[in-house]
Amino acid sequence: MQLDIAFIIEKVLLISVILLGSLGIAMYATWAERKVAAVMQDRRGPNRAGFMGLLQPLADGLKLFFKEEIIPDRSTRFLFILGPALAMLTAVMTSAVVPWGPDIATDNGVISLQVADINIGILFIFGVVSLGVYGVMLGGWASNNKFSLLSSIRAASQAISYELAMGLSLVAMLMMTGSLSLREIVEQQHGFWDNGYFTWNFFKQPLGFMIFLVCAFAELNRAPFDLPECESELNMGYHQEYSSMKLGFYLFAEYINLFISSAVIATLFFGGYNFPFMDEVAAGVNPILFAIICVMALLTKVICIILFFMFIRWTLPRFRYDQLMRLGWKSLIPLALVNMVVTGAVILWVIK
Amino acid sequence: MGIYEISFWVLTIMALSCALGVILSRNPVNSVLFLIATFFAISGHYILLNAQFLAIVNIIVYAGAIMVLFLFVIMLMNLNADTEPQKNRLVQIAGAISGGTLLLVILAALRTSTIESLDQQATDIGLIKNLGKTLFTQFVLPFEISSVLFLSAMIGAVVIGKKEKEHTA
Repeated sequence: MQLDIAFIIEKVLLISVILLGSLGIAMYATWAERKVAAVMQDRRGPNRAGFMGLLQPLADGLKLFFKEEIIPDRSTRFLFILGPALAMLTAVMTSAVVPWGPDIATDNGVISLQVADINIGILFIFGVVSLGVYGVMLGGWASNNKFSLLSSIRAASQAISYELAMGLSLVAMLMMTGSLSLREIVEQQHGFWDNGYFTWNFFKQPLGFMIFLVCAFAELNRAPFDLPECESELNMGYHQEYSSMKLGFYLFAEYINLFISSAVIATLFFGGYNFPFMDEVAAGVNPILFAIICVMALLTKVICIILFFMFIRWTLPRFRYDQLMRLGWKSLIPLALVNMVVTGAVILWVIK
Repeated sequence: MGIYEISFWVLTIMALSCALGVILSRNPVNSVLFLIATFFAISGHYILLNAQFLAIVNIIVYAGAIMVLFLFVIMLMNLNADTEPQKNRLVQIAGAISGGTLLLVILAALRTSTIESLDQQATDIGLIKNLGKTLFTQFVLPFEISSVLFLSAMIGAVVIGKKEKEHTA
């Protein structure tokens, strides 16, 4: 089998750009979160390091790097280190199947702005998401601390419960698209208006989107579902024994997850890199500029969704644990099932 | 050796050594982690066979859900090598005899059988579209029967759960 060197270089470049981009966006998401919190609570937020506190994430990162690494005496050493590593790994792996922009046709062939177009793209995302809980579980157990253990067990049961509703809510959408490949799903949402109706899946599956969004909050461990790190009950949660960059990895993985899952939501429901009147724009500019505009459109949608996540965090109070379980099992799963049946009936009798 | 053979051997060695790790490690948490690694190696084999759907479902269902529950229970019970009770000598002998008998049966079955050499050509049967069509046309009856089997397992779990509640209440 002949290895294609140009192909490998292209993919390595793309992967590095995506990795660095998501790290950078995750870094500034921490800054944005603090600014959003400040605005909503009538404060100023970080404003000392640099203009409007823009250097604050760098200062925080440096602080985490230079702190002392502490590994508790009674912990399971190997798993204690593996926990944050797994959290970080699963956080960035999902970015491989997201199509970040349209193909660019050049003289030397087609450059794809997607790392891997596998025909089971959505299932790959589910696989990685379902592995994401291991980072929290192993870290919490290996710390040999009761609060960490309780927190990791909460995280595991929460993640498993909400994965079910998440999968069911997507089944209805997949029945309409007829494909599991993210690239095909994005291409079906071309433009904004076609054949007398919106092309974006948000307008075709509003209920499915709502269920998916609530489940995404739960999978990301974000407020109002941030029970694994519920300070008032569990001190700090699963990362209580962690210090220095291992703590940093846990916190950072959360923000990378936030970015990547916003990108997945934008891809699945808001047309990915498509935007209204894109055909007119494509006719007017050269392909490379058009690709950049498409990537910018996707990033704009992603940033809007991240801001929405932040507004919710600083608006709603935290759920109680039994309320969380009741919402997942007794409301969202039946709702997703009804949505699935109704969608199937509509496809069979109305659309055909 | 091409890439295909190299990845086949790497995955095979990984699967076998991780499977040995499952039964040899003293700590149950390590056993579970080895089992997860075994599932990954087997999923790699599925990908080599061009059965991507099977590979990813293996990871979602087994590594992502069932093993999380295993880990969950083991962590809650806090099983350790020290707290594990010493096995009875009689149980050990019975285990050795039954295991040896199983080995004999497998050896006797494998000794006379011949394995047809597999095609090197890639088939598309493992891709999700073809798999779905085959399952819902040619094999629709066994497929539905196995789903009824799962339903009965679920009802059984609910019944057992209910009984416990009545006793404690």
